[in-house]
Amino acid sequence: MAGLLLSRLLQAALVMIAVTAVAFAMFRFVGDPVRAMAREDSTPQERAELAQALGLDQPVPVQYARFVGRVARGDFGISYRNQRPVTTLIAERLPATLELVFAATLLALGLGIPLGVMCAIRPDGAAARLVQSISLIGISTPTFVTGIALILFFAVTLRWLPSFGRGDIVDLGFWTTGYLTGSGLRSLVLPSITLALYQLTLIMRLVRSEMIDALSSDYIRFARARGLPKSRIHYVLALRNALMPVITVTGLQIGSLVAFAIVTETVFQWPGMGLLFIQAVSFVDIPVMAAYLMFVGALFVVLNTAVDLVYAIVDPRLRKAKG
Amino acid sequence: MKLGRDIDLPFSVALAAAVAIALVLAAAFAPLLSPFDPTDIATYNLADSELPPRWTLDGDPRFLLGTDNQGRDLYSAILYGARVSIGIGAASVLTAALFGITLGLVAGYFGGAIDAAIMRVGDVIMSFPTILLALLVAGLARGLIPQASSAAWTPVILIAAIAIHEWVQYARTVRAATMVETAKDYVKAARVIGLPPTRIMLRHILPNVMGPVLVIATINLAAAVLTEATLSFLGVGMPPTYPSLGTLIRIGNEFVFSGIWWIATFPALALIVLVLAVNVVGDWLRDRFNPKLRGRE
Repeated sequence: MAGLLLSRLLQAALVMIAVTAVAFAMFRFVGDPVRAMAREDSTPQERAELAQALGLDQPVPVQYARFVGRVARGDFGISYRNQRPVTTLIAERLPATLELVFAATLLALGLGIPLGVMCAIRPDGAAARLVQSISLIGISTPTFVTGIALILFFAVTLRWLPSFGRGDIVDLGFWTTGYLTGSGLRSLVLPSITLALYQLTLIMRLVRSEMIDALSSDYIRFARARGLPKSRIHYVLALRNALMPVITVTGLQIGSLVAFAIVTETVFQWPGMGLLFIQAVSFVDIPVMAAYLMFVGALFVVLNTAVDLVYAIVDPRLRKAKG
Repeated sequence: MKLGRDIDLPFSVALAAAVAIALVLAAAFAPLLSPFDPTDIATYNLADSELPPRWTLDGDPRFLLGTDNQGRDLYSAILYGARVSIGIGAASVLTAALFGITLGLVAGYFGGAIDAAIMRVGDVIMSFPTILLALLVAGLARGLIPQASSAAWTPVILIAAIAIHEWVQYARTVRAATMVETAKDYVKAARVIGLPPTRIMLRHILPNVMGPVLVIATINLAAAVLTEATLSFLGVGMPPTYPSLGTLIRIGNEFVFSGIWWIATFPALALIVLVLAVNVVGDWLRDRFNPKLRGRE
């Protein structure tokens, strides 16, 4: 177990070094940080002072070391576009994205697992075939098209649900939440469905194939032969084993959900990090892009490592083999 | 059409293949099939802007699917847009396959440090979602190349932005297959008679590892078209003057609230049908080539 932990942490550290190096290279070599930050009418001397203040006169390895030092303290520099600290910008936007991702994950798991089980128990039933066909369409439909379709139907035609923004939010000081107000929850419906749909089909297909595998294994045949009730065989014995890969996929997918939120947030003008990032891309706001890259990189590394370790805890075979 | 599942095409797959081929042909011959040239600004007439499809009450017989906000014929724009989408998708699949196969062959054949270096880079790349990496590349290109948003450069940047993520899948598959082949007697024999490594890799190993590569390429084509559409929708892809399907949906999205539904809907339908058709064929190919699934059902 200790060996596994160590190798995983080493791997995580390597990835983070690569990610910070890319982020540093972006900041240092794409565009000119001095020109981006100096006033329009600044004199050459002012620019030289700014370059010195930014440490740009130092050798590149020293600059990289300082960059990593600043990042470790949570200082991601100043946004070129609106001259505010990137850390503040991200902190403002983080709750919106995380609340959206959380709602989408709940939705994807809450619907994906039962539908997958249903398709596995009666693979040739009419309902299962319908769900399977819809899931193929779901995988082929881009997120933004789903979002536009939902807006067109539920917001423009039926006028049931709001189509942009977070609605009323409650400020808890360190966190802003839309979960506590009616309009906040209503605003969450369409974006979270849009974001969850792809994940839902993925989880459903995964549960289905894992369940089919589990149901055709020997221990289930014995359980059937012993005359155990069907519900116990399906939901306790088979599902428990089928859910193993679902842990991995769900864990890893939370990271992609944060990234896919870029698209959903654009469609619904959801004031999260994704919208911040896409605006940064259009304005070539390098500090924000670099910070977002590092944030998502760190998130992926943490999730990957956590999933590996949880897996080792849940599955005793892995513990023995590698520990 | 279930004439013995092992060999024959299921009806849905045959239909999907037919639809995919029809769409590719329609895109390829877009200039012959479309009544207007949507890339020629001179043909736009603002007086014709935002006209609904022909069969609706206010429809104009000249415009089958209506017009966009600049008076551009939507039907022609979709045909040309599909051309751009498929072209960029196919080019990025080819680019990714070329790099992936080369790196996979080298990694699998030589092993050791080269192998480790290539595969670790691949691991880091794969730990990020395609769309994030593609956005990053597109954003950086804008910072590095001043003319990056011009119509001539954008396709190149888009192809690079998509391929930078996709090559890893080819490299992994080819590497694994190459390692298996390298251990076989015919490769050993080729080595003994002193053939150069490039010749062994290209003439002897490559033909034996191409099967899975074609399957990945089919599935990736659908994914690449989707990624391109997403980038264009987000505003970092093709410009409105040379729209892809994603760009058209982006334009249409601005008018959804005013009840002008057709500008977004028809390009979106074209995109979904295209991707769905390719996906159905790709899924079928994957299942057929997957030894784990063979003999089941």
